Amino acid sequence: MAQHDSTYKPGSRLEHWMDERLPIMRMMHGQFVDFPTPRNLNYLWTFGGILSFCLAVQIVTGIVLAMHYIPTADMAFDSVERIRRDVNYGWLIRNVHAVGASMFFFAVYIHIARGLYYGSYKAPREVLWILGVLLFLLMMATGFLGYTLPWGQMSFWGVTVITNLFSSLDAIVPGLGTKIVTWLWGGFSVSSVTLNRFFSLHYLLPFVIAGVVVLHIWALHVVGQNNPTGLDIKTKADSVPMAPYAVMKDLFGLGVFVLLFAWFVFFAPDYLGHADNYVPANPLVTPPHIVPEWYFLPFYAILRAIPSKLGGVVAMFSAIVVLVFIPWLDTSRVRSARYRPLYKWFLWFFFFSVLALGYLGGKPAEGVYVAWAQFFTAYYFAFFLLIMPIVGVMETPSAMPRSIAESVLGGSGQPAGATSAPEKR
Amino acid sequence: MTTLTSGMKRLAVFALAVVSTPFVAYAAGEAIHIDRQKWNFAGFSGRFDQNQLQRGFQVYKDACAQCHGISRVYFRNLVQPGGPVFNEDAVKGLAATYQIQDGPNDDGKMFKRPGRLSDRVPPPYANEQEARSVHNGAYPPDLSLITKARGVEYQGSLFAHPFHILKDMVGGYQEGGADYVYALLTGYAQAPADFKLADGMQYNKAFPGHQISMPPPLSEGAIKYQDGTPATVDQMARDVVAFLHWAGDPKQDERKRMGFLVLVYLGFTALLLYGAKRRIWAKAH
Ligand code: HEC
Ligand code: HEM
Repeated sequence: MAQHDSTYKPGSRLEHWMDERLPIMRMMHGQFVDFPTPRNLNYLWTFGGILSFCLAVQIVTGIVLAMHYIPTADMAFDSVERIRRDVNYGWLIRNVHAVGASMFFFAVYIHIARGLYYGSYKAPREVLWILGVLLFLLMMATGFLGYTLPWGQMSFWGVTVITNLFSSLDAIVPGLGTKIVTWLWGGFSVSSVTLNRFFSLHYLLPFVIAGVVVLHIWALHVVGQNNPTGLDIKTKADSVPMAPYAVMKDLFGLGVFVLLFAWFVFFAPDYLGHADNYVPANPLVTPPHIVPEWYFLPFYAILRAIPSKLGGVVAMFSAIVVLVFIPWLDTSRVRSARYRPLYKWFLWFFFFSVLALGYLGGKPAEGVYVAWAQFFTAYYFAFFLLIMPIVGVMETPSAMPRSIAESVLGGSGQPAGATSAPEKR
Repeated sequence: MTTLTSGMKRLAVFALAVVSTPFVAYAAGEAIHIDRQKWNFAGFSGRFDQNQLQRGFQVYKDACAQCHGISRVYFRNLVQPGGPVFNEDAVKGLAATYQIQDGPNDDGKMFKRPGRLSDRVPPPYANEQEARSVHNGAYPPDLSLITKARGVEYQGSLFAHPFHILKDMVGGYQEGGADYVYALLTGYAQAPADFKLADGMQYNKAFPGHQISMPPPLSEGAIKYQDGTPATVDQMARDVVAFLHWAGDPKQDERKRMGFLVLVYLGFTALLLYGAKRRIWAKAH
């Protein structure tokens, strides 16, 4: 389906000239204008475009911030305050970038959940999915590095706690972990040197992400989009051209998303952050309550659920890496959870568990909180390692429509009363 | 070399302590309830009240400035729109009452000169060490960001928490720090009989641990408002908190004003996009 021929028709002489030398317009037309998209996509499919928008926003606002930001332990906090107070519209740019990080993660969690629910990770979309997991990891690294830059108390203690995780490797090879930590820090403590290198990497990674996004979309356009039924596109009636159909829907989805974004930027810019990060970093004073940004909380809860330090680190990283293997862990022939009456409930409980872990990640690691975090961590892994393989084999899928078109239009799957089928326009 | 390795060892022990027990301190402290106040600068339509900011600055100057700086605030900020908007000449006069270190001059000497609009409001102490030496080891923090740097912990039931979070997002709750500082300033009380108060400490209902080394900074009628408002402790606390909230976020009014226009614009755009989407898809269903 993706190997359809572009219907590009060069108009002007210049376009002809260009088309014979570098047919980039032909390619873009084929990939983003007449590319066939399933006609039954719901609004959850607008989040890929929303994520691309978020990436662009972060890069543009980030470049402007970097013009005013100073990556030294003495000046970082002050320079951010100068941006908020004295740079023209600096408060706006800073808010968009800080809130933007949260919105980016909000969108990516929905995007991933969509993939899980409709089985978008299954053949033939494994590579597309794995590239997605890589993007998620890169986003987390970027978010973590970026949060250190304002050099407030949470920045400083966040870096201290997270980089120190590597010292758990000492349990395997004595001295190795400490060596890695020293190497990451560029010294024997978190300092200006650390900040400077984190800034460098924070500036670099978004461009790496951009590169991987190109591969992600390339892989998507080779295999085509999945859809709520999980069925493949078989006939022309199953699809509509990307422009104007999917494009218009994406634009509206983005429009609503941007409204939400703007609400936080203008009316609750600090809500998603932590008050302690308005206290300048102080290596001598440990904040009573060190918590990462909200979007790391589920993984932070998994880290702390395991009593051993090394075990916690391993569990935390495994929680992400396990995603790479789910195309093969899920044994069901049916993609969409819509037609999987049993699995569906396990999946909804999985989503609930992730939310619960997020909640527990923000609570002190004591008493019942730890016990619950252990329970949900166990379910998190059991879901992928046991439920996915076993339920996939056991379950009888419910009745499915014969085609995408039938699921939308009913009956024969012909657009009712349409004077001309849209794909012929 | 030995100092280096022992330093590293200490660091490792410390790091381990940090990682394994980041919550012990928190867990030890009891949760303190902080009431939410009605602030006229809060929420979607809240804006600073210029008169209140002027009164608040007066409170700061007369009752806090001898111990706390607001060094991220410049004199020029006091005349800018969205703030107290004092008369420019009055602020110039005020700035000139401070002696600011400047230099070096052509002879390589540092010198003192009267303050200008472009200077920061000078802090009472040259550095943290001096402040601590005066206050028995306690440090009166700079107040420029204080209402942003404090928050309030949720204390209701677990099941109501998600709804509470949602409500605060929809309401744009940003005043936790203001609520806390107000509670702190009005929270001085007689210590309960069984409470052991250390020497030179005050009992305070809002402060974590209830022992604070700051003496009660406000007392009824301690200052005389220029606009004749009665100077009750409650009034002064509200005014100074409003002023400090502005000091932490001098662009708030501009932000909300622009935000209103942006939301209207985006809302309208979203409607148009929805209409266009409906028309395009009408043929496809
Ligand atoms: C006599 C000196 C003095 C005066 C006057 C004073 N303070 Fe303080 N303040 C302190 C000291 C000392 C501390 C540190 C307290 C501690 O850590 O125990 C402090 C701490 C604070 C804190 C931080 C509390 C926390 O949560 O850490 C705030 C807020 C504060 N003062 C506000 C004010 C305000 C507002 C005023 C004026 C109305 C004021 N102070 C007047 C000495 C003073
Ligand atoms: C920088 C972050 C990301 C960007 C910019 C991005 C972008 C996109 C875009 C534009 C699409 C096509 C539109 C859509 O289906 O929504 C897409 C599809 C997809 N993405 Fe992502 N993505 C990102 C992260 C991820 C992550 C973290 C995962 C999973 C771990 C993922 C998995 C998928 C899958 C499986 C599809 C195909 C969905 C389907 O056809 O049903 N993506 N992505």
